[in-house]
Amino acid sequence: MDLGSHAGFIFASYGLCLLTVLGLIAWVRIDKANLEKALKDLAEQGVSRRRPQEGGR
Amino acid sequence: MAFWDYANPTRFLKLVQVVLPWLTGLCVLASAAGLYMSFFIAPEDYQQGQTVRIMYIHVPAAWLSMMCYSIMAVSSLGTLVWKHPLADVSAKAAAPIGAAFTFMALVTGSLWGKPMWGTYWVWDARLTSVLVLLIMYLGLMTLWRTMEDPIKAGKAAAVLTLVGALNLPVIKFSVDWWNTLHQPASVMRMDGPTIHPDILWPLLVMAVAFTLLFFVLHLMAMRNEIMRRRVRTLRLRAASAAHPRSAVATAQPAE
Repeated sequence: MDLGSHAGFIFASYGLCLLTVLGLIAWVRIDKANLEKALKDLAEQGVSRRRPQEGGR
Repeated sequence: MAFWDYANPTRFLKLVQVVLPWLTGLCVLASAAGLYMSFFIAPEDYQQGQTVRIMYIHVPAAWLSMMCYSIMAVSSLGTLVWKHPLADVSAKAAAPIGAAFTFMALVTGSLWGKPMWGTYWVWDARLTSVLVLLIMYLGLMTLWRTMEDPIKAGKAAAVLTLVGALNLPVIKFSVDWWNTLHQPASVMRMDGPTIHPDILWPLLVMAVAFTLLFFVLHLMAMRNEIMRRRVRTLRLRAASAAHPRSAVATAQPAE
């Protein structure tokens, strides 16, 4: 399709939006991976969400 | 199930796990349909030519920038009035997404403005008030990062968010209240849209796609924020166990 003499502005707009959306997706996924690793490390150290007295119930 | 049942983060996370794949699938479908309609079905504008295709991302991004802030304002009320445990999680998770949509609206508007207005930027009321919105988002994100305790940060951010919400009607009505280079509203009008249906439908489909994208990202970011608070609580608990005297004074409930 011919986008005419202003094709550069159209491609720049869509390209920038695509990059921004990909950046957001990367941010949430990397953040999730880091947090899951931190929770796993804490679990391996024996730090649990349950307090010791609750575990015996 | 009542609204308050989702105050339990664990129950909320289970709901997210079920809803997220469906929302993501719908978002991909709506985006594909919207992009196809925007490029292959919608005609070029009789005055603006092909540059009208920038509208299909600029307008939904601008709508989402305001909707996101509105959600943050409602969440802030939830924090301050109802003390809903997930309210400040929702507000904090929404801020970077709202900032990204505002950035998209400003940049695509600028790229549309150059061929149509002859300039990338002008300090008119609509553009300036949207720039203020972006600054508000960045300010709130900074505020959350500068305060260590998420409960205290949530309350301070909630007050600032509600003050900043005064900017929303300024953005919406700026094109009516002042003479601006930006065109007045042509979709959300009391007397109905003034856009031809051939151009309106692709725009509405893209708006649905952007809205779904927002909810997908918001739920993912909320899930991350709940996990972040769990990590913090567990680290405080570990520190408290290692150094009982010094840690007890600083430990705060974070969930």
